[in-house]
Amino acid sequence: MSNDVIIVGAGIVGAACARAFALAGFSVLVLERGTTAGGTSSACEGNLLVSDKGPGHELVLAQFASRLWSSTAADLRAELGDTFPSIEFERKGGLVVATTADGAESLLAFAADQRGARVDARVVDAAEMLELEPDLNPAVAAGVFYPDDAQVQPTIATEALMASARRNGARLLENTEVTGGLFDDAGALIGVSTNRGPQRASRVLIAAGPWSGDVARRIGLSLPVRPRRGELLVTSRMRHRIFHKVYDADYVGAVGSDDRALQTSSVVESTAGGTVLIGSSRQQVEFDSSLRVDVLTEVAAKALRLFPFLATAAVMRSYGGFRPFMPDHLPAIGEDPRMPGLWHASGHEGAGIGLSLATAELLRDLFLGRTPEVDPSPYSPARATLAPHLELVA
Amino acid sequence: MTARLLPFSDDPIRPSSPASVSIQFDGAPIEGVSGQSIAGVILASGPLGFRRTSVSGKSRGVFCGIGVCFDCLVEVNGDRDVRACQRRAVDGDVVVTQHDALPGSIA
Amino acid sequence: MSSVLILGAGPAGLAAARAARRRGASVTLVDSSEQLGGQFWRHLPAERPAARERILHHGWDTFRALQAQLVADDGCRILTSASVFAIDATASPSTTGTGPGRVHVIVGPSDGTGRERIELLPDAIVLATGAHDRTLPFPGWDLPGVFTGGAAQALAKGERLAVGAHVVVAGAGPFLLPVAASLAATGSRVLGVFESSRLSSLVRGWLPRPWQLLPAAKKGAELAGYIGGQLKSRIPYTTGASVIAAHGTDRVESVTVASLDKNWTPVAGTERTLAVDAVCVSHGFTPRLELAIAAGCQITDERFVAVDDAQATSVPGVYAAGEITGIGGVDLALAEGALAGHAAAGGNPFDLPGEVRKRRIYEGFARRIEAAHGIRPGWPDMVTDDTIVCRCEEVSFGALCSTAESTASTSLRSLKLTTRAGLGICQGRVCGRSLEQLIARRLPGNTLGDTVSTDRRPIAVPLRLGELAAAARPTDPSPTTPTPLADPPKGPTS
Ligand SMILES: Cc1cc2nc3c(=O)[nH]c(=O)nc-3n(C[C@H](O)[C@H](O)[C@H](O)COP(=O)(O)OP(=O)(O)OC[C@H]3O[C@@H](n4cnc5c(N)ncnc54)[C@H](O)[C@@H]3O)c2cc1C
Ligand SMILES: Cc1cc2nc3c(=O)[nH]c(=O)nc-3n(C[C@H](O)[C@H](O)[C@H](O)COP(=O)(O)OP(=O)(O)OC[C@H]3O[C@@H](n4cnc5c(N)ncnc54)[C@H](O)[C@@H]3O)c2cc1C
Ligand code: FES
Repeated sequence: MSNDVIIVGAGIVGAACARAFALAGFSVLVLERGTTAGGTSSACEGNLLVSDKGPGHELVLAQFASRLWSSTAADLRAELGDTFPSIEFERKGGLVVATTADGAESLLAFAADQRGARVDARVVDAAEMLELEPDLNPAVAAGVFYPDDAQVQPTIATEALMASARRNGARLLENTEVTGGLFDDAGALIGVSTNRGPQRASRVLIAAGPWSGDVARRIGLSLPVRPRRGELLVTSRMRHRIFHKVYDADYVGAVGSDDRALQTSSVVESTAGGTVLIGSSRQQVEFDSSLRVDVLTEVAAKALRLFPFLATAAVMRSYGGFRPFMPDHLPAIGEDPRMPGLWHASGHEGAGIGLSLATAELLRDLFLGRTPEVDPSPYSPARATLAPHLELVA
Repeated sequence: MTARLLPFSDDPIRPSSPASVSIQFDGAPIEGVSGQSIAGVILASGPLGFRRTSVSGKSRGVFCGIGVCFDCLVEVNGDRDVRACQRRAVDGDVVVTQHDALPGSIA
Repeated sequence: MSSVLILGAGPAGLAAARAARRRGASVTLVDSSEQLGGQFWRHLPAERPAARERILHHGWDTFRALQAQLVADDGCRILTSASVFAIDATASPSTTGTGPGRVHVIVGPSDGTGRERIELLPDAIVLATGAHDRTLPFPGWDLPGVFTGGAAQALAKGERLAVGAHVVVAGAGPFLLPVAASLAATGSRVLGVFESSRLSSLVRGWLPRPWQLLPAAKKGAELAGYIGGQLKSRIPYTTGASVIAAHGTDRVESVTVASLDKNWTPVAGTERTLAVDAVCVSHGFTPRLELAIAAGCQITDERFVAVDDAQATSVPGVYAAGEITGIGGVDLALAEGALAGHAAAGGNPFDLPGEVRKRRIYEGFARRIEAAHGIRPGWPDMVTDDTIVCRCEEVSFGALCSTAESTASTSLRSLKLTTRAGLGICQGRVCGRSLEQLIARRLPGNTLGDTVSTDRRPIAVPLRLGELAAAARPTDPSPTTPTPLADPPKGPTS
């Protein structure tokens, strides 16, 4: 049986795409080598941020995604009912603070630029900051509040999107690993081979997160997605004392950096379970997941600059994953210019949870030949900034 | 009756006579003997449960007794999340039961 | 001269320390507890010595000798109240030195704040972290007054505290006997011991080759001693039955006891209620594997650390001994510990034929215990929808099932994250194995869709964020340049 689309990977990007395509009437088959949400989408935080993005194409996509999350969260609740665990969508707002005078200056300039791009970025003074976060270190130099920053519980969100996709006709095969492409006599892509036999489709979409480069290679092409490791700490449950997402302004620099070496910046927030998540590091170490206590020490030390009271909080776990990193800091969304029928939805770096819904809408419209709400060309795998990397790795 | 410290004078292993330790438990003074864990001192003073759970508010106390289950958490001298079964009682310790409500804002 | 770091100062760790010292290694022995002895030789604190402590313990003199030798020895540094919270096993020598890893320790009162962090870079590691009770979930097991057998034992031996006046002991395994004996010796009235396994499987497990038991006579005598003691104090011992529910509002007031079939499914119509003020339930032991996993050691299908004849794990320079390599009791732990410590210091098992022989004997014994008392697949029939499975996050079996149904997930990882089961502060130590089995049971082929282990805990014991943020004091791996500990003059090594 042939499908309209095969999606490789059942992370949040694959799940969001499966749902959007199924709702549009396509026959969809999702192939996942492990289980749904078994990759990066359950090894991350669920921040849906606009605050960390400066004016540009990523921000445009994030703003689009931010609108989509409000309506999708409600749709999923209505569709899946109360017995399905809540995806914990909440627009709790983000507070970005600078801990040094230099940092303050660049944060305020960054926020001013963002306001030019219609981001709600409100400069808050010391008193307002303490009103938002009474336990914040009073010594912080400057702060900007972003009411639109939101969050979901990423594993539940992935499962919810996948459950909805299935209710709308998408099929999912777990423990099914894509091992290569399937081509007709003329060399056109007509499906994929897997460890459990071939599967045919008119389109193959790679949504394999940080492993997308590997999947592309199996099908015969290069794709410069590289893993960028991130580690987080989880505290034990405590009284609710952190009310928003609170970041160190260094975060903004770290996100956009190309540096392979270790970088850490603070992202602190409470979860629905009453624990506090403390992130995070960024380091390019391929897929090496061995524990590095020095990294955790640095993450811990930075969090204490924001919330000194956390010094006595008990850390009970560390976890982390691999962000799908792109050399030009934009995801690849669209058809591969080198192989008709092969599509990409990956390289979302540290924003794939947020951007998943926007990615899915864009692709659905391209499949349908409609004009997407957001211009898709900046994300196209055919874009100019990606071309040198495609050649480099090929 | 519930948990009970075997009086040293009745003990077949003939321990040397113990010094007493007194701690505060939720504001009330209670007594144990030196070398006891905080959990042991509380148990011998009466209550079996000395923590309220976060979801249903149920009572919990010692379960594993060897530091594995974390059911016996108490606040000791202002430090939270101390396993009462693993911490030796020290004269003057101020022990408070712990209850951490879940963040209310999220359903 | 090599430095050997021994993690855990129970029977296995103590024996390892002595053996490594006899080979001339410099030894550091680390335990989170304040005292040496581990779970088995838990005793009244040093400031309160008991004249006849011996009567509570099998092998007390062995312990006293080990302790005295190691404490007096310059070549053995002993760190108590010292919890190993992580092992960096990164391949790069810059982070691990030339040995198997960088071992991170926090030293000070349990769960304190502002304790000191130290890092150790040994040439070899012996893992001897032991095991803890496994208690299967049943209705009411979360009530105060329901204890593990280990809790009753620890409080009785370590503090001379009886957990209740009228107590029932239930579960499975020979460990129920010392628990009942300790309770009785501490002033409780033990209303009964309920062993889930049926007499027929006990007979099959214990008796097919009774001559094999002869060399393990010490163990046999230990058990016979308990049974004799129990008969004397008139504790009824019932097989093929267990506690299947505990009742009460804020504390346990009574328990339901029922007969179990050979799969441990409760037999309807056999229930009876006993009024109690405490109940102690253990169904076996779960090894503490987190440090072994952190060190990168291979774990067997039965979920123990895989070791060879020299007690070497799959990671060069890392050895393991005691309950983490298989549940076998104190004598096996001692033999394995001696072999592990010897090998970690560069020795060969052939040098210690006596220990090799003991290991073989007690291993056989351990296999019989498993055959006779091992957990049977019918146990989930005790669990009702309202039964709490994950105690920390208060996730009931019903909630677990309803989420599994709505997500159609076959993944343990996903179900943990969608229900919070196993995510609480005990990090799945209590519920992990049961969770895996309860979920797998609902799935075709009885298998989970993923192979995530609930035993992986990168932070092996919680520490404070401020402690983690503080720099560690690098610590010299060799306490001194010691001369080897002298071999005993003659006779048995223990
Ligand atoms: C520490 C950390 C924190 C983060 N925080 C945030 C945040 O706050 N907000 C945010 O928006 N993003 C965050 N991210 C990024 C986000 O997690 C990712 O961008 C997102 O999860 C990517 O989703 P995905 O579906 O593309 O990939 P994945 O979730 O990794 O899914 C890819 C799937 O493909 C499967 N696969 C791989 N190879 C094959 C094959 N050959 N055949 C079949 N299947 C295959 C994998 O098994 C996997 O399940 C964070 C990431 C990390 C590491
Ligand atoms: C509570 C309890 C009571 C028991 N009583 C009996 C009994 O009466 N009779 C009987 O036959 N068997 C008993 N057992 C079984 C007993 O475990 C074994 O017979 C024997 O103690 C195993 O020895 P071991 O050296 O392998 O481990 P253990 O004696 O368990 O020693 C392991 C040591 O490692 C330490 N440790 C673990 N993790 C860390 C860490 N991260 N950092 C630092 N230190 C660490 C622990 O504190 C412990 O002292 C009991 C078990 C338990 C859990
Ligand atoms: S009773 Fe289990 S940790 Fe204290």
